[in-house]
Amino acid sequence: MFEEIKTSNDGELVINVGPQHPATHGVLHLLITLNGETITKLEPNLGYIHRSIEKMCESLSYRQFIYSTSRMDYLSSHMNNHACAMIVEKGLQVEIPERAEVIRVLISELTRLASHQLWWGAMAMDLGALSPFFYSFREREVITDIMEETCGARLTMNYIVPGGLMADIHPNFVKRVKDFIIQFNSKIDEYDQLVTGNIIFQNRMKNVGYLSPEDAISYGTTGPVARGSGVSCDIRKLYPYSAYNKVKFEEILETGGDSFARYLVRIKEMKQSISIIEQLIDNIPEGDFQAKTKAVLKLPKGEFYQRVETARGELGVYLVSEGGTTPYRIKFRSPGFSNLSALNHMVKGHKIGDLVAIMGTLDLVIPDIDR
Amino acid sequence: MISFLKTYFTEVFQAIKSLLSGMKLTGYYFTHPKNIITEEYPDNRATLKMADRFRGEVIMTHDEKNEHACTGCSACELACPNGTIKIINKFEINAEGKKKKAIDAFVYHLELCTMCNLCIVACPTDAIKMSPNFEHSVYDRRLLTKQLNHEGSKIREGVE
Repeated sequence: MFEEIKTSNDGELVINVGPQHPATHGVLHLLITLNGETITKLEPNLGYIHRSIEKMCESLSYRQFIYSTSRMDYLSSHMNNHACAMIVEKGLQVEIPERAEVIRVLISELTRLASHQLWWGAMAMDLGALSPFFYSFREREVITDIMEETCGARLTMNYIVPGGLMADIHPNFVKRVKDFIIQFNSKIDEYDQLVTGNIIFQNRMKNVGYLSPEDAISYGTTGPVARGSGVSCDIRKLYPYSAYNKVKFEEILETGGDSFARYLVRIKEMKQSISIIEQLIDNIPEGDFQAKTKAVLKLPKGEFYQRVETARGELGVYLVSEGGTTPYRIKFRSPGFSNLSALNHMVKGHKIGDLVAIMGTLDLVIPDIDR
Repeated sequence: MISFLKTYFTEVFQAIKSLLSGMKLTGYYFTHPKNIITEEYPDNRATLKMADRFRGEVIMTHDEKNEHACTGCSACELACPNGTIKIINKFEINAEGKKKKAIDAFVYHLELCTMCNLCIVACPTDAIKMSPNFEHSVYDRRLLTKQLNHEGSKIREGVE
């Protein structure tokens, strides 16, 4: 698929960025048409990490297919599992114990924090600042340690089963999360001191990669990308699921529409996630962590749809059941794919140096785009 | 003209200030190495303690009499999403002269395992569990296919 580097008559140059390029955060291949140093056209070329997860799910039972969704958007693997478990529970019409719902939300918000912290470090690294990566990983390490203790894994947790959770929280969980909140609240100002106020950073972010609210809607962008353009699209707020209707939090909206607005949305979302965790951590209800389900799960004939807010935007799961033990068809509407589609529009007219900065604010996870 | 110069110099001053405030933080950690929490992995092996739930690999627990609790029911094999576990059964004749199903080999393909924990959840007798050992590198991939039941082991009395 590599096209030869060629120049046309009007002086346009086509170059390949990726698939093996450190700035694309994975195997993403971009074909860029340049006029001098200005980008005139960008064409993403997908398929380098396609594992056909949707097709694989058709041969896995309703208990088994959840684990494979951790490998889509691996930074918000818990939310992916949450969506899949909820769609099975919707089909089976099982009531989930309150305790399980609250713990699910707690782990979701910790995952979101970990994801945004990794994004923050990687984003600054895209712009050439290496040290923020180590600062963000200092706090992220604490979260992954909590995950390791309670869920058993650091990234691809598979902590959710249809009907509840795989195991109860670890006895240390509440104490460690509280310690983390204290530590994080004292350290989040360092993020602003180090990067947000930096003049070089601001000049590279402000008025770069503008996405108008109309375009944000028409390209189907969701999550912090759309909220940076002022489009209200937080599923947690608009269509509350699980225990999200019990907590008070703000939907962060920025009207700038540029890279800096998307940056601010994620920084402020981290603080909102902390506030959600603070509200829930002392109020974990007593009770079972799992509802009783049958050994072999069979969904009734029909179509089911469930969406959740992952760290990157709206993840939709569409499931068709024929009444058997495996799904007939599964389709994932992944947030990264739609967000990437807006990239061509955003980089047009910008210099090639800004491409990486704009791509960084989209927070792309390539396995999520290809699936 | 004067107002232009004023804004120009204010901007330059603020830019330098913003850079210095970032450098101040870097300087703080440079002069306070005790606040750095880096663990140097291969050197801290003696003190490194993994969480007890950490999923490193599947193991079968044996007691001191070399007995395990696996009945060979294949529930883990059915629960596994990608064929990591293969159970080879044999029939043993017990003291009463009855035929009884027992495992000949519990074959575990570590190279296929995704550590999803579904086999552990499915096991009715808690014969297998996750071990926190994570150092799996070997020079030959055939070594990753393991037999989990020990040589000469048999099923514990009373486990059905």
